[in-house]
Amino acid sequence: MRPPIDIYGISKHYEDIIALKDISFQVNKAEIFGLIGPDGAGKTSMFRILTTLLLPDTGEAYVQGYHIVKDYKKIREIIGYMPGRFSLYQDLSVEENLSLFASIFGTTIEENYELVKEIYSQIEPFKDRRAGQLSGGMKQKLALSCALIHKPEVLFLDEPTTGVDPVSRTEFWGILKNLKAYGITILVSTPYMDEANMCDNIGLIQNGEILSIDTPGKMTQDFDRDIYAIKTKHKHKFLNTLKSYENTYSVFSFGDSIHYIDVRNNVKESELISTFSKMEFPEFNIEKIKPTVEDCFMDLMKQE
Amino acid sequence: MLPIIFVMPIVQLLILSNAATFEIKNLKIYFNDFDKSTYSNRLKSKFYQTDYFQITGESTSRKMAEAQLSRNTADIICEIPQDFEKNAVKYGLSKVFFKINAIDGMKAGLTVNYAQNILEGFISEINNELSYKLSSAIASPRPKSIRVNYSNWYNERLDYKTFMVPALLVLLVTLIGGFLSSLNIVREKEMGTIEQINVTPIKKYQFIIGKLLPFWILALFVFTIGLLCTRYIFFIPLAGSLLVLYAFAAIFVLAIMGIGLFLSSVTDTQQQAMFVFWFIVVIFILMSGLFTAIENMPVWAQNLTRINPLRYFMEVIRMVILKGSGFNEVKVHFLIITGFAIATNSIAVWRYRKKS
Repeated sequence: MRPPIDIYGISKHYEDIIALKDISFQVNKAEIFGLIGPDGAGKTSMFRILTTLLLPDTGEAYVQGYHIVKDYKKIREIIGYMPGRFSLYQDLSVEENLSLFASIFGTTIEENYELVKEIYSQIEPFKDRRAGQLSGGMKQKLALSCALIHKPEVLFLDEPTTGVDPVSRTEFWGILKNLKAYGITILVSTPYMDEANMCDNIGLIQNGEILSIDTPGKMTQDFDRDIYAIKTKHKHKFLNTLKSYENTYSVFSFGDSIHYIDVRNNVKESELISTFSKMEFPEFNIEKIKPTVEDCFMDLMKQE
Repeated sequence: MLPIIFVMPIVQLLILSNAATFEIKNLKIYFNDFDKSTYSNRLKSKFYQTDYFQITGESTSRKMAEAQLSRNTADIICEIPQDFEKNAVKYGLSKVFFKINAIDGMKAGLTVNYAQNILEGFISEINNELSYKLSSAIASPRPKSIRVNYSNWYNERLDYKTFMVPALLVLLVTLIGGFLSSLNIVREKEMGTIEQINVTPIKKYQFIIGKLLPFWILALFVFTIGLLCTRYIFFIPLAGSLLVLYAFAAIFVLAIMGIGLFLSSVTDTQQQAMFVFWFIVVIFILMSGLFTAIENMPVWAQNLTRINPLRYFMEVIRMVILKGSGFNEVKVHFLIITGFAIATNSIAVWRYRKKS
């Protein structure tokens, strides 16, 4: 039996831009698969192909065993899709939007209320408000409710947390985790590397190519270089100096610190301190850290 | 938005019907009278007596007359040459010379018409007198004049509004039906809502009917308001069958909405759709026979109007309201507009399908 999402060698180009290059991956039942990559990596194209909105140039893909081109009508009945852009009717009220999507799928709000209850109950006090007047977090909850109202077997969420505040983001991932209990398979994309840990499996995507697929834990575990976080007041200057330093393997800015990897394996922390101290940066703090998904991503990009 | 949709048609009907008139009154006439005879005075007084002309002055200087024309203080100059009366009496042949400001061709044409009418009245009056006085003395045999009697059918008092108001109804229905439908689907594209809808199992025809039906009803509703105005504000009686009129309007709106739908599916933004719709609709309106009679157009333009759905509704609405034509008289129109409706909608649906 095929896994709920089964992709073989999908490619897609727009005129002279290559959006997807020979993509293959599988998503298992009731798992959250995160497609992680920067803007323009090809995430949305992948989603549009899987949701039957776009035809691939080459390759095959199946959703719940249905072919994305031949059985597109079947697929449309069993998936829920939440596009990256808010795509509900802004001039309809919250409740009207939900019942519209319920009726399109031949069901009612009451019938599947159980599934959306956790999310919808939060926006229900505003059910008479127009969707266009909701806040970002509430819009996202409404969109998810609409994508879930027909009890889909596979849920496609294209950058659901973009433009949403940190509290709502955490809350949102909590909701997704609960949906797994209903056996719903979820493919989600995000440009935020820190959200990778919320997924069961992740695929790192860049320039239309999958760089790596693994669980977030395994991916960071397999990272075999030592990583140092450097904190300093002169971050920008320090970064530039390290970029031209002969033993630098890679260096990039990470939040309020700098992540540094040395060319030499097993170089001692004290050695680095003494080297950097000579570079006219008296005040800094260096510490060996565990790699994050972002470090893996940066490393994979470098190898490209 | 809703009040606009209801108030707009009435306002448009009231304004346009009163403004868009071909009837011209108070044309300014200036005289160059070189004869200063009884006849020339009688001719001038003829102009004085009508509402159509207003005498702005008189002199024996051509220069002054032309200055009036170029300053727009006169629309027409009437020059009465010397010996006007003498020649008329002696030879039965005399001349009057009109100079007309023809910047506005339509107005110039009407001016000539009015002036000629007055002149003819004057001539027949003189003829009667002369033939009575000098029946045998005239050298050339004058033809017996033919009196033309006419009555205006279907619009007895030649009321311009009777002619215009029904045609304006066509305009209203076109704007409402076509404009709103052309903006509709492209709006969904702009807002991104179509993306969400496309992923659902909704059928194409369901979606399109859902998009068009409200505007179809709206257009016919506005048509009804327009008809009520026609009847109770302009007092234009409906001579023909209301059923024929509604049936035609219903199909016509479908045809127009097909055009709107097509535009909506080929454009990416509301702005593009709006621009293209206006471009097309302006040509349709100008070539529909609303202002310029189609018979007056050059042959190539006449042929071009055959692909203009507005032209057929324009004809049908005037025929039904004014002449009282029944279904039999307009069945060819029905056939053509049904063809239009089928064609525009099929192209639109085909195009829409291809896109997604």
